[in-house]
Amino acid sequence: MGSAMNIVARGTYMVTPLGEGSGSNYEALCQGRSELKPRPGAFGLPETFVGSLLPRDCWNEKLKDMPGRDALTLFEALCIYCISQAAGNADLSDSGTIFILSSTKGNVDLLESNPDDPRAYLDWSARKIAGHFDNGNTPVTVSNACVSGVCAQLMAARMIRSGQYRRAVVAGGDLLSRFIVSGFQSFKALSPEVCKPFDANRTGLNLGEAFGTIILEATDHVGESDWVYVASSNHNDANHISGPSRTGEGSYRVLRDLLKHVDATNLAFVNLHGTATNYNDEMESIAVDRAGLAQVPVNGLKGYFGHTLGAAGVIETIMSMQAVDHGAIIPTRGFTAQGTSRRLNVTDAPRATDKKAFIKLLSGFGGSNAGICYRKGGAE
Amino acid sequence: MRLLKQVEIQPGCVRTDGNRIDSLCGLSLSEIYRKVCNGYSKFFKMDGLCKTGFVAAELLLEGLTPEQKAEGSVILFGRAGSLATDRNYENTIRNPENYYPSPALFVYTLANIVTGEIAIRHKMQGESSMYVLPQYDREAETRTVQAAFDESDTTLIVSGWVDYENDDNYKAILNLYTKD
Repeated sequence: MGSAMNIVARGTYMVTPLGEGSGSNYEALCQGRSELKPRPGAFGLPETFVGSLLPRDCWNEKLKDMPGRDALTLFEALCIYCISQAAGNADLSDSGTIFILSSTKGNVDLLESNPDDPRAYLDWSARKIAGHFDNGNTPVTVSNACVSGVCAQLMAARMIRSGQYRRAVVAGGDLLSRFIVSGFQSFKALSPEVCKPFDANRTGLNLGEAFGTIILEATDHVGESDWVYVASSNHNDANHISGPSRTGEGSYRVLRDLLKHVDATNLAFVNLHGTATNYNDEMESIAVDRAGLAQVPVNGLKGYFGHTLGAAGVIETIMSMQAVDHGAIIPTRGFTAQGTSRRLNVTDAPRATDKKAFIKLLSGFGGSNAGICYRKGGAE
Repeated sequence: MRLLKQVEIQPGCVRTDGNRIDSLCGLSLSEIYRKVCNGYSKFFKMDGLCKTGFVAAELLLEGLTPEQKAEGSVILFGRAGSLATDRNYENTIRNPENYYPSPALFVYTLANIVTGEIAIRHKMQGESSMYVLPQYDREAETRTVQAAFDESDTTLIVSGWVDYENDDNYKAILNLYTKD
């Protein structure tokens, strides 16, 4: 809520199958690219799935000279790589810096060969990552299913606002595995084709791999091109652990909270979760409509990246920042015809905007919903 | 903020506000459930982590009205998260000859489901979060709870440590906080 101290994003970076770097990923979206494709035989699964996968060989080769690589999993090494790139020359070892990891499953793939592998504990990875930067503070891992990436930013902002730390490194990531994909297949949640968020003919979600970092810092001075944290919110539906609320209650409450801190007329867009499952997109349409945002442009990025789990809230926030930096709204890849009971202003083609704020919304298993609002430059 | 009550559960021992509850000590989670709650059949679908958190929350929140709980939050910390269920789920997919992934099991392979189970049971529509730490850190809990009171409209928070490795090794320390 309102306060004199400002929190700004000092650095961002992301790695996806579409490229590395915030700018090059944004370029890929402008070109309408995606690496979502059928993956027969991947992870030895009996059933093919459509997914967006990082080329393991390329990344193992690229990261082979990282100091201490032998003691790191690829998951940890990719988190570290993104953080290093986002930080540039900044020293992250100081006691005023906290590391916050956002991941749903971390090194869960290691259970395949050893059920007792200590690296499967999420705090193991978080300590490896913070330790790589010689940071002595105990890192926190946010493991709130699909909303983790926004909740990690919420945690970061609160830790800075309370004066406990002056900088927070938010690192989101998940690699796909036999474990994760088989689970979503058992749920019958996966689409046999490239996903179609909010579309009348949507057939479910695609999974994707991604890593992203946002470094948040306290500052007294906000520049015109700085990204300023405005507010965040988290609400549980208190309805069902694996199905969204029929009234969009949690997401509606999140939007209602955020609109106390940003005027809807200043919103360039609301970047929705938009998994392209029947229930999620329908729920979000109800929540957005109830919050009075039916006219505000909305979009979803799962048609480019797939659902990237613990990374989603981080990379989709970064892409939203890039879009506003370029005065644009990213079209919803895969969307052609309205397919939700409440009509939304779904962006289906590149559009220009001169507005400077956006909301990123997420929802997920456990009845969780979370949203965050950023604004570019000084006060409205 | 104010700490109203504390519940601690581990194998063989149940305490509220530091006092041993003799009638519950030595009982399994399911046996404690039958004594303090019953009639909530979803309990038996839950995994060990959720059962641990659920039973502790039942003891913590008994006597509160729906109105008191409506804007409540569930903000938990733990180390293992869903790892016990992850191991069970892995057993259902490891062998191609015996491959039977189950959605009922997979849904519990997320660390935050326990926060959802408590929120659903008590109709708490405030925040829900699961944070993973290497060990219980009461100071981190207090700071996190204070920040949630400062930065949201929540009026009541269930917070604490919930960790489950197996039926012989689990622990919940839940604290009930109000804003003022």
